[in-house]
Amino acid sequence: MAAIFVIWYGSQNFIYSNGGAKMGRKSKRTKKKKAGTSSGDFKYAVFFLLPNFLGLFIFTLIPMVFSLIMSLYDWPLTGTPEFIGGDNFVKLFTSDPLFMKVLKNTLVYVGLYVALNVVIAMALAVWITSLKRFNEFFRSVFFLPMMIGIVSSTMIFKWILSDNGVINTFISKLGIEGPNWFGSTATAMAAVVIVSVWQGFGYNMVIFISGLLGVPDSVKEAARIDGANPAQTFFRVILPCMSPTIFFAVVMTVISSFQVFDQTFVSTMGGPNNETNTLVLHLYNNAFKYQRLGYASAIAWVLFLAILIVTGVLMRLQKRWVTYEN
Amino acid sequence: MKKKKKKQIISVVLISAVAVIFIIPLVYMVSTSLKPKEEVLRDTAALLGSYLDFSNYARAWNAFPFGRYLFNSIFVGLVTTALTLVTSAMAAYAFARLRFRGRDKLFFAYLATLMVPLQVTIIPLYMILRLLGWHDTYAALAIPPAFTAFGVFMLRQFFLSIPMEIEEAARIDGCGRFRIFTVIILPMSKPGLGALAIFTFVNSWKSFFWPLIVTASDEMKTLPLGLYTFSGQYGTDWTALMAATGISIIPGVIFYIIFQKSLVQGIALSGMGGR
Repeated sequence: MAAIFVIWYGSQNFIYSNGGAKMGRKSKRTKKKKAGTSSGDFKYAVFFLLPNFLGLFIFTLIPMVFSLIMSLYDWPLTGTPEFIGGDNFVKLFTSDPLFMKVLKNTLVYVGLYVALNVVIAMALAVWITSLKRFNEFFRSVFFLPMMIGIVSSTMIFKWILSDNGVINTFISKLGIEGPNWFGSTATAMAAVVIVSVWQGFGYNMVIFISGLLGVPDSVKEAARIDGANPAQTFFRVILPCMSPTIFFAVVMTVISSFQVFDQTFVSTMGGPNNETNTLVLHLYNNAFKYQRLGYASAIAWVLFLAILIVTGVLMRLQKRWVTYEN
Repeated sequence: MKKKKKKQIISVVLISAVAVIFIIPLVYMVSTSLKPKEEVLRDTAALLGSYLDFSNYARAWNAFPFGRYLFNSIFVGLVTTALTLVTSAMAAYAFARLRFRGRDKLFFAYLATLMVPLQVTIIPLYMILRLLGWHDTYAALAIPPAFTAFGVFMLRQFFLSIPMEIEEAARIDGCGRFRIFTVIILPMSKPGLGALAIFTFVNSWKSFFWPLIVTASDEMKTLPLGLYTFSGQYGTDWTALMAATGISIIPGVIFYIIFQKSLVQGIALSGMGGR
């Protein structure tokens, strides 16, 4: 999970960062009065921060800078790297037809996956919270695939969606001949999306359930007294109340789905005819199969930029759609 | 009133039907794993073969070093979780309670690292691990994933909610920073630490991309990677593959049953931005 609390943090900064800063300032004042000097804190700060900082420095910061540098080089696994400026990026967008396909596939996947995931998660969350009994039981059932994991889930779906698999046997009883889902160009991406949604929507469902439980009863009651029917109450009252939660879930899901890799790597290796090849799989193949480390680093940065751009657009949109309290 | 009750019953019946359809893949995983190998393609919709064939499990078990993979997954998960808890809690305390120059700027830089996908750093990281001689070791599997800003952010929020007065009283009584941290802050943050621990462990448990990159030998593989390797050899032996898949998901399901409550709370907490 690519935790992107920074975005949430950014969108909420009037609550958190100012609040935090204020708290810091307040404590400064009180402590100056009571406990004396602050110079002693620096020593402790170094002590408390050092372990985490060192790790983050070595395993995130240095690699990040280095990857940007590498993207400007022709960098084979063995042999001397050669500086080529922005050529890797130019090549990606002008003379690598596979890259454009991979980029398109990734965007298709993100669009389909996020839409299905959020809608199904919300529908089941609403349904489950409306039940008077057994709601914890049903929550557990629908969340279960999260704990099974994507690799095991993909194995199961490879079997039930295979040529003679369970699904096709059922379909054939209706007189339709099912395809080899993961194996034919028309349905491979659909199959990848199906297994991903089946395995992944439980996470958002749990978030939405707790969001729904957090909508005050008084609000719902007020809507009912004003004569709103259940659909109106949901779309006009409950959804706006939950819009910050929904927005956060959408952004999280978008970011993690851009990094789709496990299911395609396990099920199709990007095939057939690269229909399910995605950015990270393309990166993996370039780096660890063809040993073009510079080129792969350029793909990594395009991925990063794509995530930043889409998140930026969502942040823009949230001003129109998301209502915060106060 | 009666009408409402009827509606509830219909609702429960309907959602039960949805749930049954939803778990069909799991049902057929078990069913396939118990069919005789030669009958697997006969009528795939049939739940039972002509007899229950447990030899698929034997076949899977012999080719699938489940014990080793399970040990690796648990061991790596525990080490990552322990490291994450200790280092994140310390850093979070510094950000929440200590005053030093550039604190807020540094914290913002920390948060910014959360935006960086693992794939952006993976190639240099792979080279660094090779330089350190860590490639294909437990160190590579367990140590780098432990250093993220996620835990720092989450615990800082938690620590900020602990009243300052308690800490100040302790300081007046002559308690040092380190003692305040271990005796007051940590015990008061048990729910936060617990949620972070479960989160970290589950993430480590499920991760596939990271072990795929940093391991090479069979002895170092974790469960998801091991299952993938198994499928490479037994990809068309569906009964054995479903048996191995079934075996590999059991520990996760047990973990889920035990820790479900904390896990769900942790997700709800994080998904709402800690509100």
